[in-house]
Amino acid sequence: MSDQRHGPVDPASAAGWTDNQPRKGFFTDTSICIGCKACEVACKEWNGVPEDGLNLLGSSYDNTGALGASTWRHVAFIEQPANTAVSSAGPVSLGMPSSVLPGAGSDGESRTDFRWLMSSDVCKHCTSAACLDVCPTGSLFRTEFGTVVVQEDICNGCGYCVPACPFGVIDRRIGEQGTKNVGIAQKCTLCYDRLGAGQTPACAQACPTESIQYGDLDELRDRAHGRVEQLHAAGVPQARLYLDDPADGIGGGGALFLLLDEPEVYGLPPDPVATTRDLPQMWKNAGMAALGLLAAAAAAFAGGRR
Amino acid sequence: MVPDAEFTSYYGRPVLKAAPWSTDIPAYLFLGGVAGGSSLLAAGADLTNRPSLRRVARLGALTGITLSFGALVHDLGKPSRFVNMLRVAKLTSPMSTGTWILTAYGPGAGLAGGAEIATLLGGTGLLPRWTRPLARLLDALARPAGIGAAVLGSAVASYTAVLLSDTATPSWHEAHRELPFVFVGSAASASGGLGLLGASLADSGPARRLAVTGALVELAAEHRMEQSLGLAAEPLREGVAGKFMRASKILTGCGALLALAARRSRLASAASGAALLAGSACTRFGIFEAGQASARDPKYTIVPQRERVEARRRADAAKLRP
Repeated sequence: MSDQRHGPVDPASAAGWTDNQPRKGFFTDTSICIGCKACEVACKEWNGVPEDGLNLLGSSYDNTGALGASTWRHVAFIEQPANTAVSSAGPVSLGMPSSVLPGAGSDGESRTDFRWLMSSDVCKHCTSAACLDVCPTGSLFRTEFGTVVVQEDICNGCGYCVPACPFGVIDRRIGEQGTKNVGIAQKCTLCYDRLGAGQTPACAQACPTESIQYGDLDELRDRAHGRVEQLHAAGVPQARLYLDDPADGIGGGGALFLLLDEPEVYGLPPDPVATTRDLPQMWKNAGMAALGLLAAAAAAFAGGRR
Repeated sequence: MVPDAEFTSYYGRPVLKAAPWSTDIPAYLFLGGVAGGSSLLAAGADLTNRPSLRRVARLGALTGITLSFGALVHDLGKPSRFVNMLRVAKLTSPMSTGTWILTAYGPGAGLAGGAEIATLLGGTGLLPRWTRPLARLLDALARPAGIGAAVLGSAVASYTAVLLSDTATPSWHEAHRELPFVFVGSAASASGGLGLLGASLADSGPARRLAVTGALVELAAEHRMEQSLGLAAEPLREGVAGKFMRASKILTGCGALLALAARRSRLASAASGAALLAGSACTRFGIFEAGQASARDPKYTIVPQRERVEARRRADAAKLRP
């Protein structure tokens, strides 16, 4: 198996695929996400992902919590005071329905001092995928579409991929005996089964606003850059792309995001790095330590009787 | 002291997932260290004719590797699928590499330990006559097997540091320079301690020297690690991990001093050995728990990454200025 630590431009051909499929991915444009969670539902339904808790978490409309073994799409909700200058005097809007568009009044007078960020998170299908690198059984593999998928009949639940992921995406499924794939590492497959049949992944198919877009990664990247420029021109300077740079710590994501604030606001790491990039150094240090131990033991016997 | 860092997170939730591992794994780290170090002592004792040290070290290696292998399998989500570890060999996966190291190490340590058990049983006269050729064969194989196990034992003791460091867990990953030295030091001090516990005074000299050297290396590397970790050193000083690390330093330090002072007392030597073993176990549990805590608190993920981003931004801005 070839070494994928340094993120070649095309991870599928680096993994030995020869049929030159274009790399597939997601572009999630959070500026048009309406927080409907259709993606979460479609994902659970299509992939047969079991229920993992029906809780009220006290975090806006987010009662899903985080990505995990049984949550492959997660919509984050962030309530923020907006930076618009709104006068403190005057009537307070109760948010009653009206016949005019929100914010249609001039210069933000009718706007509230509040903004709502919504973002559908998913596995990033990294170019340098640490989970795949550290998997000791070969259960995690690179598909012909350049995505990263767990083979559930091979995984033995060692759990090593869990702390390896710089995004906290993959997890070992917990649940009662008899739960589907309990004890096995699980995450988004980018609907590998649907891709093979030439179909769109369930989440993207269900998204009513095309906030989640699926396609050839090169094309999505171009589209993402165009969208950011459009938003900047429209007076949204906070718009920025996340994981679009192949020179970043994970060699660029197979899932790109357009965010309206810093990544950590959405629960994403601001500068993720695939841990395996330091692995050669780690092996070198461990080798030196092992030689040191051998030398220390030899020296211990070289001394006198006592 | 590191000043309290200001940072933004998503409802204070962790960015990373902590490893889904139970106490099996730190126990495995400790027992693997005892086994690896003991195989070195056993081979040396065998070659320099120190029978009581050879016996305790060989039995220690066999017990250590058996228990640690058990812990490793027990911690799997699907223990029945352990053999799937052997369907690939990947250098990019320290767990795969480690499994192959253990697979190569196990039979040697097993043969040497088995020979020792056969000798013990043979002495009691409990073994039937027909087993004698088998015991003689074991005895003949024990030395080469033990030497092989000694060489591989150093890898068993050191690779576990890479196992922890090759993760996104902040306090493990950031420690990747020092952790192998902490772990081999800990393995040397634990296996030396076991030798002091079980070997006669006439035979235990090398165990004493290895134990003291190991304790010094462990304490020094651990100190250096805490200096270089920055923010990620904090979990090593707080909570359960902090308690383990403090206990580890006291037990290892006192154990080493006692080992040096108690050259003429069998009892005091045994006590020093027990302290060193306990100190090594505390080191493994402390480092394990510190890593888990560092993954559960978003501060240790976000603050250093945010600093990197800001530093790059400043550098880019400086480049633009004439």
